[in-house]
Amino acid sequence: MTQYLLALYRDYAVPISPERTQQVWAGVSSLGDRLTDAGAFVFKGGMQGGAESATVVRQSGGDFLMTDGPYTETKEHLAGFWIINAADLDEALEWAKGAAVAEQRPIEVRPMFDGDLDDAIQASASDAQ
Amino acid sequence: MTVEAVFRREYGRCVAALIRFLGDIDAAEEAVQDAFAVAAARWPSDGQPPNPGAWIVTTARHRAIDRLRRESVRDERHAQALHLYGADTAGSAAPREERTVPDDDRLRLIFTCCHPALNQAAQVGLTLRLLGGLQTPEIARAFLVPEATMAQRIVRAKRKIRDARIPYRVPAEAELPGRVTPVLAVVYLIFNEGHAATVGSLLRLDLCAEAIRLARVLAELMPDEPEAQGLLALLLLLHARRAARVAADGSLARLAEQDRRLWDRDLITEGQAIVRACVQRDHPGPYQLQAAINAVHSIAPGFDSTDWRAILTLYDQLYALTPTPVVALNRAVALGEVRGAAAGLAAVDELCTSDGGLDGYYLFHAARADLLRRLGRDEEAAAAYDDARALTANPVEQAFLDAQRTAVSGPYPGVVRPLRA
Repeated sequence: MTQYLLALYRDYAVPISPERTQQVWAGVSSLGDRLTDAGAFVFKGGMQGGAESATVVRQSGGDFLMTDGPYTETKEHLAGFWIINAADLDEALEWAKGAAVAEQRPIEVRPMFDGDLDDAIQASASDAQ
Repeated sequence: MTVEAVFRREYGRCVAALIRFLGDIDAAEEAVQDAFAVAAARWPSDGQPPNPGAWIVTTARHRAIDRLRRESVRDERHAQALHLYGADTAGSAAPREERTVPDDDRLRLIFTCCHPALNQAAQVGLTLRLLGGLQTPEIARAFLVPEATMAQRIVRAKRKIRDARIPYRVPAEAELPGRVTPVLAVVYLIFNEGHAATVGSLLRLDLCAEAIRLARVLAELMPDEPEAQGLLALLLLLHARRAARVAADGSLARLAEQDRRLWDRDLITEGQAIVRACVQRDHPGPYQLQAAINAVHSIAPGFDSTDWRAILTLYDQLYALTPTPVVALNRAVALGEVRGAAAGLAAVDELCTSDGGLDGYYLFHAARADLLRRLGRDEEAAAAYDDARALTANPVEQAFLDAQRTAVSGPYPGVVRPLRA
């Protein structure tokens, strides 16, 4: 089993109608049930407020620097995510299809790292190649 | 057979078997390459084993086991972890369902290489590398991209397969229709790349032959996928014309001008037989229909005696399944043969006004130019040939368009170019 992140992004400048919110809410809760029933559910979360509620913290010299706003300068920002268990990418993609339907948005699927320090070192060595 | 020839023929099968054994593509490639190195050292003196492919797989397995034994406990654990992601699930986990598709290692590998989570350029590179046994520099040359670009593409794709855990298995029956499509598309793309370059540089390896080899594997392993059969038939029928596509002076010969005596009768016979079987099965799809169109061409003694009505009907069916501008263009050209150039031109011009899209496609302008020429509208024809020429980088196609243009109204007004030998 691997854990996968299913992330959804939205452009907060585009408002969502109350009807759509209702639909999405219903879809998401039904997806949650299906994930739980299948034993695939690990965790989920939705962001409170738009990207402007974000703060970036940076270490700078001996001090910390705070920046008001999100880290990436894009139009679309992280709005919510699931962490799920899946046997392989195909299984994760099936859940992602369900999530794309429920959320009515594209879903980004990312495998989560599941190893120890040695694995991490090996991975960074192969990245450097 | 030389070790090199065995390598070309057996590499894909061996790597596919070793991936299932090891659960890791790089480790499998390494083991197979090790085994071929042993073969190169031994076979010349010991003689070649009766089944060289099986010998390579066995030797590669031993090599891989030795390597795993030598390596540390951590790596063993790591190797076991890699095993989890599907390489070994063939006979064990899932209850055996009724399958029309066999659990063949090469088939698993093709489906992994052409997984929809990989971009198509990566799918093509991986397929040629792992199944075709081609070296990265060869693939890069064939696709006219820098070697580093192709290497990067392949490394990235392999890493994604590993990190995202793209499974190594033949998709379940229910998923097959969606999963077969990108596989066939990759093989078709490899063929087209070779077909377009047939008369180009000799440095480019024979992508057409490679594509046919892959199409044969697919057709053989998926006998109940009509589109896999259709693709093989299409490639055979197109490839049958290769010798006639280039005229004696090195210029491109269109279907109308080809010396049909140069067509490869064996390939045509094989392709036609597959088309007939597809027609009987009556599960038409885009590749089968294109194969059928080419089968109609292949039985015509000459261009003028072609059954254009049959071809038009097939294009109508093809357009109903895949309503793309390119299919519409080909349909319009067929219409021009059935009902005359004016009707053809009207249909072609309609494409320009409707969807757009084709304005950047050189064959659109070339087809228009040809119809205008046939209608005696030379000036407009010349302008259309110019438009077409500006959109192709292939020197043989350029030369062809120049010749056509010269025939309607003097030489191409651009750079003065020496006559081609």
